Amino acid sequence: MSIEVRNISKTFSGFAALTDVSLVVPDGELVALLGPSGSGKTTLLRIIAGLEEPDPGPDGRILFNDEDVAGRGVGQRQVGFVFQHYALFRHMSVFENIAFGLRVRPRGSRPSKAAIDAKVRELLQLIQLDNVGNRFPSQLSGGQRQRVALARALAIEPRVLLLDEPFGALDARVRQDLRQWLRRLHDEIHVTSVFVTHDQEEALEVADRVVVMNEGRIEQNGTPEEVFHHPATEFVMQFLGHVNLFRGRIEADHAVFGPWALQNTDPAKDGQEARMFVRPYDLDINTTEDGRPAVTATVTRIQAAGPTAKFELLDENSQPIRVEMPHDRFRAMNVAKGDRVFVSLKDARVYVEDYVI
Amino acid sequence: MGSSFKQHSVIPGFGMTLGFTVFYLSLLVLIPLSALFLKTATMGWGAFWTTVTDPRVVASYKLTFGAALAGATINAVFGFVVAWTLVRYSFPGKGLIDAMVDLPFALPTAVSGIALTAIYSRNGWVGQWLEPLGIHVAFTPLGVGVALTFIGLPFVVRTLQPAIADLDPEYEEAAASLGAGRVQVFLRVICPGLLPALLTGFALAFARALGEYGSVVFISGNMPMRTEITPLLIISKLEQYDYAGATAIAVVMLLASFTILLGINTLQWRHVRRIHGRG
Repeated sequence: MSIEVRNISKTFSGFAALTDVSLVVPDGELVALLGPSGSGKTTLLRIIAGLEEPDPGPDGRILFNDEDVAGRGVGQRQVGFVFQHYALFRHMSVFENIAFGLRVRPRGSRPSKAAIDAKVRELLQLIQLDNVGNRFPSQLSGGQRQRVALARALAIEPRVLLLDEPFGALDARVRQDLRQWLRRLHDEIHVTSVFVTHDQEEALEVADRVVVMNEGRIEQNGTPEEVFHHPATEFVMQFLGHVNLFRGRIEADHAVFGPWALQNTDPAKDGQEARMFVRPYDLDINTTEDGRPAVTATVTRIQAAGPTAKFELLDENSQPIRVEMPHDRFRAMNVAKGDRVFVSLKDARVYVEDYVI
Repeated sequence: MGSSFKQHSVIPGFGMTLGFTVFYLSLLVLIPLSALFLKTATMGWGAFWTTVTDPRVVASYKLTFGAALAGATINAVFGFVVAWTLVRYSFPGKGLIDAMVDLPFALPTAVSGIALTAIYSRNGWVGQWLEPLGIHVAFTPLGVGVALTFIGLPFVVRTLQPAIADLDPEYEEAAASLGAGRVQVFLRVICPGLLPALLTGFALAFARALGEYGSVVFISGNMPMRTEITPLLIISKLEQYDYAGATAIAVVMLLASFTILLGINTLQWRHVRRIHGRG
């Protein structure tokens, strides 16, 4: 079941949560809506679910498989919705929670008691919690509760699965396990899924596509590789991982940032201000000058725990610079705190201001 | 819970506060109530039994417990609606209505009794319209019910308000997304979630109504066998210097109310324990 959202806007008492958003989620994909809080990602998810009504507009559409569902309430859209804080019914056992969606069906389409039993057992197996059916939500850990919430949503055989910050309330380790589990689960059941997150690592690791949102608009929609390596906007670049910012200007056909000059593709922008974003691992450190253009800087902190060695430097203008490098190279180089080093550039992205100074 | 009665805790003062609690409750509740039993004991079983099973007294039990139960039940239903409206919606004059809920608390009960009698009597504001329909409120058991409903309302509303405010709309959204209709959401999700608070409010309103005297004596007319409530009989026995007889009736009422309240509380504890996963 594909989802299509066309020209949707949403205003909450004067505050524009979404501005003319359009988005297509292809059938069977797992898509992440990624953005900071207040970016409108949850609002978009809730509008898809039918928990929120978009502002009335002539072009606004919400389509499931080309069928307009905008006029239908949340109960008629057959969506599975998973809440950040689980929203499990506290007075019902795990079994009853999962069975809820089947038990409330109108008599004609309600499965028999045996069929409900079988379905719940199957789902308990799917979420690997076979033995907790009789327990109450308060007796489960956060990760278990979220899996039960997922099973409850899956029980109604939803056409699409929508998850609002599904791992937001869990601690780091459980988060990691659960998101890998969600990815495997999605590969098994292939229901079109959209999940909201503010954690870029989570989005990049789990999703087939990542939709980066900011201030009620979609900044970029692409595969994790695309948004990470080819960010469409400055916002996407800055939001996905650490980044160093250098200010410079366009001079003839080059963008110049201190000692570094990069080929500029658009000479018409001569004289304009430019900003360069460099990922910490796209900078290189040397203890001696090797002829490459380099900025001199002082090491203020080295953090060697973790998958890479991380450096914090201050350049001559007291601007902080972050650099990351593999451990073997760090060990071979023998740098210590307080050393003067030469920073050279491996890769960068340049953005030119749209206005003339 | 371990086997030791007193557990070490970072919150100090367990011994002192427990001691104070026991002392305070003894002074205020236990000692006066045991005096009640002691006084009753002076009359012997035979006299006790005759006093408490006197047909006039039995009729008053029926009226008191019946009207209190009816009042508390009506309050549980309509108090729920009032509390729900006050928590979930905002509208002009909400603060005023919210404050009005407390009036039955604040008003001297005799004043509310006189006011209710004036309104519901044959030529009162409301009574004159009910009269042609054949509904008599003042000086009938119905009037007793009205008075007991009036004084119990704040208990239900005030206990439900925080519970409703705590009830995250997410639960309703979750139920709706699973296909539940409005009635099903209400019956299967909202009601069970609010049941403990509703039971507490009901029990408080019921208990308050059992002991109510001031507002009822005016509207009931106090006709023997028909509109006499038990507290009134106790007072009239006291006025005749029959102290033992008064305490005997009081003991029966006390035991009956205590049993009922204990029952309601047990129900509620069981429900809460299930929700919070203990036991």
